[in-house]
Amino acid sequence: MYDAGKIIPGLVIFLCLFTFPFWYNVANGKASQRPELVIDAAEKQCVESKEFMRIMHMDLLNQWRDEVVRNDNRVYLSTDGSKHTMSLSNTCMKCHANRTQFCDQCHDYMGVTPYCWDCHIQPRESK
Amino acid sequence: MGVDRRGFFKIAGLSTLAGMAGKTSMDALAQGESRFAPNPEALHGKRWAMVVDMEKCKSKEGCKDCILACHQVHNVPDFGNPKDEVKWIWKEQYHHAFPSQENEYIKDDLKHANVLVFCNHCDNPPCVRVCPTQATWDRKDGIVMMDWHRCIGCRYCIAACPYGSRSFNWRDPRGVDEEEESFIKETNPEFPTRTRGVVEKCTFCDERLAQGLLPACVEACTEGCLKFGDLEDPESEVRKLLAERFSIRRKPELGTQPEVYYLV
Repeated sequence: MYDAGKIIPGLVIFLCLFTFPFWYNVANGKASQRPELVIDAAEKQCVESKEFMRIMHMDLLNQWRDEVVRNDNRVYLSTDGSKHTMSLSNTCMKCHANRTQFCDQCHDYMGVTPYCWDCHIQPRESK
Repeated sequence: MGVDRRGFFKIAGLSTLAGMAGKTSMDALAQGESRFAPNPEALHGKRWAMVVDMEKCKSKEGCKDCILACHQVHNVPDFGNPKDEVKWIWKEQYHHAFPSQENEYIKDDLKHANVLVFCNHCDNPPCVRVCPTQATWDRKDGIVMMDWHRCIGCRYCIAACPYGSRSFNWRDPRGVDEEEESFIKETNPEFPTRTRGVVEKCTFCDERLAQGLLPACVEACTEGCLKFGDLEDPESEVRKLLAERFSIRRKPELGTQPEVYYLV
């Protein structure tokens, strides 16, 4: 190989710089820091199981949105047979009233920015 | 020994039958119970309409009860500037609201009346025809509905609406003016705001009808000028009023079939 003395160190420097964000987060322990969710709910049980909500809440909310706005269906029949009004502001956020300590925790960790609250009003947080 | 022609047809016919039966039974099994239902308390209609009693409405000078109630419930911003104005329900001069009523010499109080106007929820809505994203559509009960999630702010509907019923959010409705005053004076947390770049209008309070409540303007009117009901129901109050008294509609010659009637 011609100019191996320049190319190989160059590649090494490039790889170091490229993967720097990963090393940086591993070094200061941010990667292993899992989001901590605080919930101060009146109800103990969400509309579906915790495991389902963790993975599927965004799909559920999209489906709720379409059913309410497009089909004028307002009531959701949960797997456990309970009925809930389909509304982000008036159902979800009555329990999950602390957006910064609940919703934003994972959204920030995952680097997603849902635009729900551009229109829907979040409850005022005391803290 | 191979299969003869007769045997082949038998097998083919039987397997087709078995396949069809299997598919039908699978389909029947797959149809589970629906997870979504309308609110049992909801008001149902086939053709919602509003009747505005102009005799009663003009009796109370400068009354804005219905306008304030609607705009408060729906978080309608007040930008304090007619150019950016967002309105769901407002008052319009008689000759602006009814330009096709050409009679020059009519009752003076009617001629100078301020007419309460809002979305006509047309039977044949031109706004729906032009919307490229189906963000606005004609519901089965006659309401011309808006889906703000889908609105891309192209404003075709504003151009198409002959009544000026649609407003565009040129500015952020959650913002503040020069004096740091919010555009939405008192926010209703149960109803969303809109964002900049979205069209909005009256929806005949679909969210209230779904809870079994009458529209906010009808409820707010202390004079009983506004009557809301189902035109397909011959026993409804709106039908009786229309049968008893003479009514006009805005720009009927356009063929949009407005569902807001004015008793004169």
